[in-house]
Amino acid sequence: MKEYRTINKIAGPLVFVEKTEPVGYEELVNIVQADGTVKRGQVLDTSDDFVVVQVFESTAGIGRDSGVRFTGETIKMPVSRDMLGRILSGAGKPKDGGPEIIPEKRLDIGGAAINPYARESPADFIQTGISTIDATNTLVRGQKLPIFSGSGLPHNEIALQIARQARVPGSTEEFAVVFAAMGITKEEENQFMADFERTGALEHAVVFLNLADDPAVERIITPRLALTTAEYLAFELGYHVLVILTDMTNYCEALRQIGAAREEVPGRRGYPGYMYTDLASLYERAGLIKGLKGSVTQLSILTMPGDDITHPIPDLSGYITEGQIVVNRDLHRKGIYPPINVLPSLSRLMNNGIGEGKTRDDHKKVTDQMYAGYAEGNDLRGLVAIVGKDALSERDQRLLEFADHFENRFVRQGHDENRTIEDSLDLAWELLATLPEELLVRIDRGLIQKYHPKYRNKEA
Amino acid sequence: MEVKENSNGILKRISGPVVTAVGLNAHMYDVVQVGDEQLMGEVIRIEGDKTIIQVYENTSGIRPGEPVANTGLSLSVELGPGLLTSIYDGIQRPLEVLVEKMGNFIERGVTAPGLSHEKLWEFVPVVKKGDAVVPGAVIGEVQETNILTKIMVPPRSKGGVVTDIKSGEFTIDDVVCTLDNGEEITMMQVWPVRVPRPVTEKKNPDIPLITGQRILDGLFPIAKGGTAAIPGPFGSGKTVTQQALAKWSDAQIVVYIGCGERGNEMTEVLTEFPELEDPKSGKPLMERTVLIANTSNMPVAAREASVYTGITIAEYFRDMGFDVSLMADSTSRWAEAMREISSRLEEMPGEEGYPAYLAARLSEFYERAGCVETLNHDSGSVTVIGAVSPPGGDFSEPVTQNTLRIVKCFWALDAKLSQRRHFPAINWLNSYSLYLDTLSKWYDENVSPEWNSLRVWAMEVLQKEAELQEIVQLVGSDALPDEEQITIEVARMLREIFLQQNAFDPVDTYCSMEKQFDIMKSIKTYAELAYGAQKLGVPPAKIITIAAKNDLPQVKFMKDYKEEITRINSAMGAEVGTLKEAYQR
Repeated sequence: MKEYRTINKIAGPLVFVEKTEPVGYEELVNIVQADGTVKRGQVLDTSDDFVVVQVFESTAGIGRDSGVRFTGETIKMPVSRDMLGRILSGAGKPKDGGPEIIPEKRLDIGGAAINPYARESPADFIQTGISTIDATNTLVRGQKLPIFSGSGLPHNEIALQIARQARVPGSTEEFAVVFAAMGITKEEENQFMADFERTGALEHAVVFLNLADDPAVERIITPRLALTTAEYLAFELGYHVLVILTDMTNYCEALRQIGAAREEVPGRRGYPGYMYTDLASLYERAGLIKGLKGSVTQLSILTMPGDDITHPIPDLSGYITEGQIVVNRDLHRKGIYPPINVLPSLSRLMNNGIGEGKTRDDHKKVTDQMYAGYAEGNDLRGLVAIVGKDALSERDQRLLEFADHFENRFVRQGHDENRTIEDSLDLAWELLATLPEELLVRIDRGLIQKYHPKYRNKEA
Repeated sequence: MEVKENSNGILKRISGPVVTAVGLNAHMYDVVQVGDEQLMGEVIRIEGDKTIIQVYENTSGIRPGEPVANTGLSLSVELGPGLLTSIYDGIQRPLEVLVEKMGNFIERGVTAPGLSHEKLWEFVPVVKKGDAVVPGAVIGEVQETNILTKIMVPPRSKGGVVTDIKSGEFTIDDVVCTLDNGEEITMMQVWPVRVPRPVTEKKNPDIPLITGQRILDGLFPIAKGGTAAIPGPFGSGKTVTQQALAKWSDAQIVVYIGCGERGNEMTEVLTEFPELEDPKSGKPLMERTVLIANTSNMPVAAREASVYTGITIAEYFRDMGFDVSLMADSTSRWAEAMREISSRLEEMPGEEGYPAYLAARLSEFYERAGCVETLNHDSGSVTVIGAVSPPGGDFSEPVTQNTLRIVKCFWALDAKLSQRRHFPAINWLNSYSLYLDTLSKWYDENVSPEWNSLRVWAMEVLQKEAELQEIVQLVGSDALPDEEQITIEVARMLREIFLQQNAFDPVDTYCSMEKQFDIMKSIKTYAELAYGAQKLGVPPAKIITIAAKNDLPQVKFMKDYKEEITRINSAMGAEVGTLKEAYQR
């Protein structure tokens, strides 16, 4: 392989190389420093005159005397069944002291788009044991549902609880977890790893770790390695894979860093104009394929800068993912765990996975009624602050109480409390029963007769 | 596609989806084949010897020095029998065929024609030898699905006298008609997507597109051939609304463009449409539908092209005399594709990084909608309904603003409403329709002479409620005068019974104009009874809590509702009557 010593410019993570033979776009590049260290990078721009290489590690130590080798192929991920149980670096190198992975296959990490025609519509209900997800924002197999959180909120605990408890009721199929950390702290890593070890989840997991002090640019490839592995496990080996990506905000920061180094025209808040397309190339790698057994379900975590849901990162993510679970600081301050605010939360695929034969026939309407009641009760809190509780009508007072019950009994649950969907829906009925029956306009009579505690208890 | 002679260039630079070639003798918007794998691309800029090309496929691994060949053609679509029920990507590659050719993932360098060139269609001529035909004239018909599509003389033909016309089974490449000037006509036309197809005249639209959605047909109707925008922050039910429109609108042909949207959502459309029944014909909805799916992770340049591909197909059906409705979900993704390509070209950016020609492109696109007299002097229409996804729900951003300057209907989705599960989450205060006047005659004649005044009444009540709500927020509802407490209740009924509609309920998902009228009329009946009783001194709390009206919401979910609604109306009358008597004494 030819080695070029024609580096002309180094700026941040970018290295400009002159007078090369034709080099392919997105080709893998090895840069050899004077001391023999090899660093990896990828071609971002290629022409007759110069080639721009984005280096995945720190460019410290790279100089004009460093050698550049173009490998002639795009970045490939070696994959094998033996990856389960392994801990790898953000660049895919073993980090657990174990041997190198002996590949069964080498896959392009870019990942081609699934042909929409080949996709299977996700419809299998996943029970996470958390009422605010199962009952009101149902997760289905093959969905991509991010957790929108803020700094200092317990999103990691929620993600772990989901990873621990998630199962498809009545199914015993093989599952696996692919965990990709981007720029999280050592402490957060310990939290995840301790939990994986405690519950034995590590055996079914592949872990990619790019920590806060690892090179930022490496974060660009970490999720791609993880998703390539997930697709291999799902579509070639038939596993049902849950992918946890955390923290997408750090990924986007890395993207912005590269955009700035390339002196690109920035979009909103300095993030590159192509961030939507770039994020889509990650989030869209979830789903099911007709005729294949496995599935990829994505649970990504992102921290909203300043808890601002209109910030470009949560905003663009929300347009790609199939809903979002929003973690709320006020609920957290009230001491409620999991502090999931159901009002801005949404699961777009919910209707596919619920109802008769999947969860229960009353699911959809009960959820709608709970949302409506909580939204109205929550609004009334503002009014109470002005006029006092006594000025409210009887109806409004009931709604106000309903909102409190909703938070304290329905939202609040233990870290290890695993509620079945029946538990969650029955609890919902218990709360709805505190409201006058004529307020339950969204539920038809038949279902009220069937499930309302008033009539149920009569039967019993 | 054929490659023109002496038109070969060499790749010089690759940077994402935009590549530069030299030595290519090309014109703007020519389609070229890039690299050894012959990836499809389009010329978007020419600088001296350099040609800048946007590539419709992933460019990983492509190197400088690889060849580029010019086809000399603009990006075009194939129009003819076989379009209906098809599912295409942004550049009219049939996705079903791509699965057969390259498996579950979309690899690159594979092409497939938009229409099947092998399939035989039964061609039934409607002209005979010796007839004179003009461009756009119908020469025959093909029973494509349950829809009888027309075969037309291409718009760019000169027209003439038919010297030979065939009848029987042919492929789309076979000549079915010959004219005296020697011109041979096949069942297929090829048309460049960026050029609007010609018409005789554009007319003013005066017939509503009935959608079965109460808030739209009832309060903010759109005309056949009109334009509408649905802007909404994510999670406000934009896609559900668009899909409901695609399912239930009374257009004969539906073109649905999923532009940069979610793969799983597209799949939902793909699996649902073939199963859904067209409420009019009873046949699968898919038989009148063309789908274009370019998901967010498919190449960005093909996303840019997808809306043009879609509208060209829509215009083709319009030319046959059909009413076509086109949904573009979402035009923001299209605008972002333009921005992305513009920034790769290092163009001087306009507002928020969007190219300066954003407004022009948007208006060119929406202007291709319309109610027209076709070249054949038939009438046809293309109704364009574009979704807009404003970042952060901020309607002041350039795509929403530039769209609002063009479209005549605005259905403002509201995240607040969807949070309280008010669906469709269209805000009745911010939305508008500029077609009300032109359509009022139709409503008079076809629904009821009362309809227009009923609509004005409902809007007044809702507007009044908004004002009263501000007071309620401060002092509570009990402090309102009696009459206004009733207004609040009537408005609540309008909102919860008339405006809210459950897209997932088998009956409520489509509401006929007659039923819309009956429900609204019933609410007004209650309002009149209530105000009447209140004037006699009946306390509003009594009037508001009458039992009879509690049955009204259930009417929405009933197929045969007539009897029930009549019963409710008289029960309300009776109950209020008793109240009145009690207080008169």
